[in-house]
Amino acid sequence: MTTTTPAPTTKAPQTRAARRSIRLHPGTWLIWAALAFFFLNLLGVIGSVLLNSFGRTWFTGWTPHGYTTTWYTQAWNEFNLGHVLVTTLEVTLLVVALSLLLAVPASYALARRDFPGKKIITALFVLPILVPPIAYGIPLATVLYKFHLAGTLTGVVLANLVPSIPFVIFTMTPFIEQIDPRLEAAARMCGAPTHSVLTRILAPLLLPGILAAGILVTVRTFGMFELTFLTSGPDSQTLIVALFSAVFSAGIRSPQSIDAMAVIYTASMALLLLIALRFINPTQLVARNTN
Amino acid sequence: MTSTLSPPGAGPGPSTPERVALRHRLAERGVDRTLLLLLPGLLAVVALFCYPFLYGLQISFQPTTGGTLGSYRAFFDNSYAVGSIAITFKLALPAALINVGASVPISYRMRRDFRGKRLLLALLVVPITLGTVLTAEGIVEFFGPVGWFNQTLRTLHLIHTPLTLTYNYWGVLLSLVISGFPFAFLLTHSYLSGIHPALERAAATLGADWRQRFRHITFPLLLPGLMTTFVLTFVLAFAVFPSAIMVGDPDGRTHVISIEAYETALERFNYSQGCAIAMIMTALMLTVIALTMALRTRLYRGATGGKG
Repeated sequence: MTTTTPAPTTKAPQTRAARRSIRLHPGTWLIWAALAFFFLNLLGVIGSVLLNSFGRTWFTGWTPHGYTTTWYTQAWNEFNLGHVLVTTLEVTLLVVALSLLLAVPASYALARRDFPGKKIITALFVLPILVPPIAYGIPLATVLYKFHLAGTLTGVVLANLVPSIPFVIFTMTPFIEQIDPRLEAAARMCGAPTHSVLTRILAPLLLPGILAAGILVTVRTFGMFELTFLTSGPDSQTLIVALFSAVFSAGIRSPQSIDAMAVIYTASMALLLLIALRFINPTQLVARNTN
Repeated sequence: MTSTLSPPGAGPGPSTPERVALRHRLAERGVDRTLLLLLPGLLAVVALFCYPFLYGLQISFQPTTGGTLGSYRAFFDNSYAVGSIAITFKLALPAALINVGASVPISYRMRRDFRGKRLLLALLVVPITLGTVLTAEGIVEFFGPVGWFNQTLRTLHLIHTPLTLTYNYWGVLLSLVISGFPFAFLLTHSYLSGIHPALERAAATLGADWRQRFRHITFPLLLPGLMTTFVLTFVLAFAVFPSAIMVGDPDGRTHVISIEAYETALERFNYSQGCAIAMIMTALMLTVIALTMALRTRLYRGATGGKG
């Protein structure tokens, strides 16, 4: 349904032709140069943060003068990173668990049934993705203040559920659509009650999709800045919000320890990504069902 | 004879079969107990998205001073506040156009498989997940006056005084391109790989060169997908917030509407006007989406004969 890897048998001669054409067209060089330029800048952006976090001082020149790891211990103590990391972990796990629990059944219903009003319900699920997080985050924060939930862990988790639920639904619905409904019908015909259809037929088939959706939600929640920023208090900051706040109270802090924090953030993100890429094809990440 | 042929529920039958018939008729239209599975997710979205949104809409019409439309009038009367709309569009439109515009030729070149393509696609996911805060932090250091970018240009004798690329418009635009381009590229790429290669080969058989093939075959088939990509990248760029503060000039040229909304609601604690700005922001966003989607329905959207 979504993009799949092309069938190797039919594509083989074409692949060879494409490889040859890379050497032939001058326009191709331009394209590769543009991509290389993009990646070079990206590397520079990440690299300068990484290098600065290990540098003693770095005012001018290509590299810092001397290297040290003290910024990491300093950042860890100064920004209370142990606590922040635990909070981040708690928020992320709760959001993943809750959004899967709420959204997987809904995506099953959306994938399997065609009912009146389906378009309206789908539109309702699309809206939280399309409306900018700041635009619904401000009313949401106001409501959370009204119920005294703003600034608490519960408030942060609730706010992060808003984009996560639609995200799981739109990852899972195409996935469920490609599972043949006849498998369930066959199981029922053989006399399986609902709970065994669920646990022995659907669950094993859905597991890869649930895993993929879960990892994607983890990555997104980990990097979600706006909503957490609007709803968190001093005790419920996630790593990315703590990083942002550190930049803006930077008067007394060295930029290197902020960079050390940024590197800790990137490293945890990269770790998540490596795990994610073992399960997901990157084009599937954003592919939508076009037909 | 007549009783068996009459439609269910029409004849005067006992109540039980009639109820069964109703359930069957509903099931035929797809309404059965499976739909109950929708409830938890739906309730969560209604409680956490619809209710706060409507609540925000309501309090935006209940300011402390100035009558029903006071908050909106206060926003539109303040030229600094209202200017944020133009600033946001001036950032988001070029960013979305650059991202989509660059994705088309690059993904067109890469529509076929080649060695290392999976790695390239995997590398492109990195900036999406880096997050805006880290990207902004990196841009400040890399593109700054003594950063590697300016040093390289000076070493190559391309410039004499460093370019000012941070704490202004360009810094924010750079951050929008770095985080938005990979997203646009991956989407465009997946739409392109959904167009069956046989269509292009058929055109080539009829003697079309690559320009004509792109202009008359691939591009029209890609256009609907391209518009979706444009909308999604525009949404990302329109909502720019942390990078506009960190690498931009948040009180001047990059005072975007989300900063204005945030400052009003959570720094000046004027919830009514903050919500009013959030509503204006949503309305603008939805207008752009509706316009693009209206254009999209006028395009050919048939089967591409491919796997898309």
